[in-house]
Amino acid sequence: MKFAVIVFPGSNCDIDMYHAVKDELGCEVEYVWHDAGSLEGFDGILLPGGFSYGDYLRSGAIARFSNVMKEVVKAAEAGKPVLGVCNGFQILLEAGLLPGAMRRNESLKFICRPVKLKVENNETMFSAVYEENQVITIPVAHGEGNYYCDEETLVRLKENNQIVFTYHEENPNGSLEHIAGIMNEKGNVLGMMPHPERAVDELIGGADGLKLFQSIVKQWREAHVVNA
Amino acid sequence: MSLMLEPNPEQLKSQKVYKEMGLSDEEFAMVEKILGRLPNYTEIGLFSVMWSEHCSYKNSKPVLKKFPTTGDKVLQGPGEGAGIVDIGDEQAVVFKIESHNHPSAIEPYQGAATGVGGIIRDVFSMGARPVALLNSLRFGELDSPRVRYLFEEVVAGIAGYGNCIGIPTVGGEIQFDASYEGNPLVNAMCVGLIDHKDIKKGQAHGVGNTVMYVGAKTGRDGIHGATFASEELTDQSEEKRPAVQVGDPFMEKLLLEACLELVQSDALVGIQDMGAAGLTSSSAEMASKAGSGIEMNLDLVPQREAGMTGYEMMLSESQERMLIVVTKGREHEIVDLFSKYDLEAVSIGHVTDDKQLRLLHKGEVIADVPADALAEEAPVYHKTSIEPAYYREFQAMNNDIPAVENYKETLTALLQQPTIASKEWVYDQYDYMVRTNTVVAPGSDAAVIRIRGTRKGLAMTTDCNSRYMYLDPETGGKIAVAEAARNIICSGGEPLAITDNLNFGNPEKPEIFWQIEKAADGISEACRTLNTPVIGGNVSLYNETNGTAIYPTPVIGMVGLVQDVDHVITQPFKAAGDLIYLLGETKPEFGGSELQKLTYKKIFGKAPALDLDTEAEYQEKVLAAIRSGLIASAHDLAEGGLAVAVAESLFSPKKLGADIHLSGDATTQLFSESQSRYLLSVKKEHQQEFEKLTGAALIGEVTDTHTLQVFINNEVVLEEQTEVLEKAWKGAIPTCLLK
Repeated sequence: MKFAVIVFPGSNCDIDMYHAVKDELGCEVEYVWHDAGSLEGFDGILLPGGFSYGDYLRSGAIARFSNVMKEVVKAAEAGKPVLGVCNGFQILLEAGLLPGAMRRNESLKFICRPVKLKVENNETMFSAVYEENQVITIPVAHGEGNYYCDEETLVRLKENNQIVFTYHEENPNGSLEHIAGIMNEKGNVLGMMPHPERAVDELIGGADGLKLFQSIVKQWREAHVVNA
Repeated sequence: MSLMLEPNPEQLKSQKVYKEMGLSDEEFAMVEKILGRLPNYTEIGLFSVMWSEHCSYKNSKPVLKKFPTTGDKVLQGPGEGAGIVDIGDEQAVVFKIESHNHPSAIEPYQGAATGVGGIIRDVFSMGARPVALLNSLRFGELDSPRVRYLFEEVVAGIAGYGNCIGIPTVGGEIQFDASYEGNPLVNAMCVGLIDHKDIKKGQAHGVGNTVMYVGAKTGRDGIHGATFASEELTDQSEEKRPAVQVGDPFMEKLLLEACLELVQSDALVGIQDMGAAGLTSSSAEMASKAGSGIEMNLDLVPQREAGMTGYEMMLSESQERMLIVVTKGREHEIVDLFSKYDLEAVSIGHVTDDKQLRLLHKGEVIADVPADALAEEAPVYHKTSIEPAYYREFQAMNNDIPAVENYKETLTALLQQPTIASKEWVYDQYDYMVRTNTVVAPGSDAAVIRIRGTRKGLAMTTDCNSRYMYLDPETGGKIAVAEAARNIICSGGEPLAITDNLNFGNPEKPEIFWQIEKAADGISEACRTLNTPVIGGNVSLYNETNGTAIYPTPVIGMVGLVQDVDHVITQPFKAAGDLIYLLGETKPEFGGSELQKLTYKKIFGKAPALDLDTEAEYQEKVLAAIRSGLIASAHDLAEGGLAVAVAESLFSPKKLGADIHLSGDATTQLFSESQSRYLLSVKKEHQQEFEKLTGAALIGEVTDTHTLQVFINNEVVLEEQTEVLEKAWKGAIPTCLLK
């Protein structure tokens, strides 16, 4: 399975994502610059964190117009796994691939620390290797992670089990219903504020994020074994 | 503004316009002599910034000469953007510290943010990938609303820049004291990694080669920033707000990535950051270092505003700009490279052989001055030095032991002193994990990052106890270096070298200059004994508000090499049953201590003594024990003494306790700030081997009771739940900010 890490001007977790996939997951991965016109040959698309275009105007608001985003939308429509972390999540919201919007953290301050997450839905291509309701520790690092959506959307998110991760015990940013990560209805686009790529190695503070990437690979292998 | 308003050379002289720019009559006469004619307005502007203390070190040069700057591993000492030290395997570490004190006093968010931006550029202008940021901050007491504002905004500014550019802020230190009330200190340090083959220098070699301007456009911000940094703050300093630059970390991220691509190109001859004194210092220094000259046409400089004069362009300190020299004929390669990042790369001049810095604007030569005169020939002043009366008084005092009635309450109060209290409120706002190499995060003695693809790590810290510095600058200087080294050792690293940021008051006052000299003597001696040369740094003088100086604060930034990340040690106790040891001698030393300040609301007496040979011996022993795998946790004893160190070692999610048994005077045992001491915990199975190696004293055991119990001469003097102590320690700064 081959992953693309999309690099926007101002992305800064691209290298972390790349190494998580290459060194810890052991899969193929390449950087793809934001003006690329094709994502052919990639089986999974990763939108890393950072401050694309300086987060000027609004987080993710400019990056969604990047050339490559048309290809990201196509990949999502084709059912390929698309994961957006932190700024990547914000871009997916701005691009309309996921519902809702991001507000500044309730504290109005940037916050960086490991937080506890609860796996609300482990029957997804991003979470199948986790146990149901498993509590995991993954770091957050953001200034705008306070997820919000209207009531109608929230009802739909719940009905379709689109809420994949919630903050456990402590909500670091004030997000609605403690939401930390959601997916689209089809279940192949996940956006989350916590950084699973920062939790793939005990030496740097834990490996609870690795299973998320393993889940993607597991689903892909199963799909391709069946097809073969 | 237009050229019409610029005074002509005769007016400059007769009206002494140069004085407003910070030049003295004698200095103006020197300029006149160098040029053999009267300088014009642009030219005197160039001299005034380049001869400011900030750029020329004219007052501090004689002192800086004291520092040892060479060593087996030093690849680049002071004089370039940053110093470089070999770490083996054809790799090197690049680091430097720099101050942004005055801008931060006026406009704290932008002042701090651009301080971070500037030091990052110093590191990547050497060709290095910046891998970590640290800082050292000083503020007045948090009971003043102005200080709380400065503190919150400085932290937000550091976070805003570092987080956006994606370089982890992994460590630092903060102290609070009334002497910094009107003049906070904001020192930022950047650490980078480089392969030996990629090391670049800021030199303009090769006559005919092209001088290119890359990065952000030039605006009118920061004009005379370096001059402003070289004078005292007064009630009128608010008017200098336009001298504070505005940062754009997104622009710098693009510039960083573009420059790191650029250093791989053999078309690049030299590169230098446009930092203090912007276009002036970068061009004059690059020419001077290479023994060449530079001619630039300022019409070609990318400009953010219309109608800028040559003077304004040359003195602007607009951020996120670099000056590069490239092989003639290959300019298009550079333009293409930068255009990938939507950045401008513009040819604005060429290298000449006449050693002149010549500037053209609108078809006229507006400045023609020797580059060496700007960069190298600033006057050097040997200021008068007088031992202050206060020092003699303090030295004559006997060591006083403050009276303590209730040890538990005293410990709790010490843990709540903002200087000691948890800085979680601060570092929670810094992205300290980005780039996923942070092995030891903020909150332990020194931060550690791994070097990807190797077993190695880098330990790093900033330190300076300015109260000791005030009481006795020479001893204080030694202590600052020794404490930094102890922090590196406690994390499992071997100290390599230091960068220093000499923050002092007005050097024209003999008592202040004495502090500078003595501190440099102490730092130099410690660096020699501990084998940590000074590879670069920064001088920030005139840190005074309305005539009152800050405590002398020469901040030491130190980097150490961790041979194998398996050697990394942190400060918290690890498991119940582990034995607790104290290495080092405890004497009744309270001069400048937290307990003295808490008790008397002032400091006096002698600073704690430091014996450098003992210091070196213990450092070697502790590092040997760590490398042999004998140590479970290590913590340097610093502010608040043993009791605070034990409490801090208990603060972790592990919910442990400790029983400590000591004998002698309880106050001294618990709170003295004697130097060269370590708190170490050791698994029982290593007891014999550890004791044989270090000779440390067994003082207790880690327990699972979640309570700290201290016995002195077999009587309980202190008993408190860890949780209660931790809550006090963690809550102190947030509580101060809510007031």
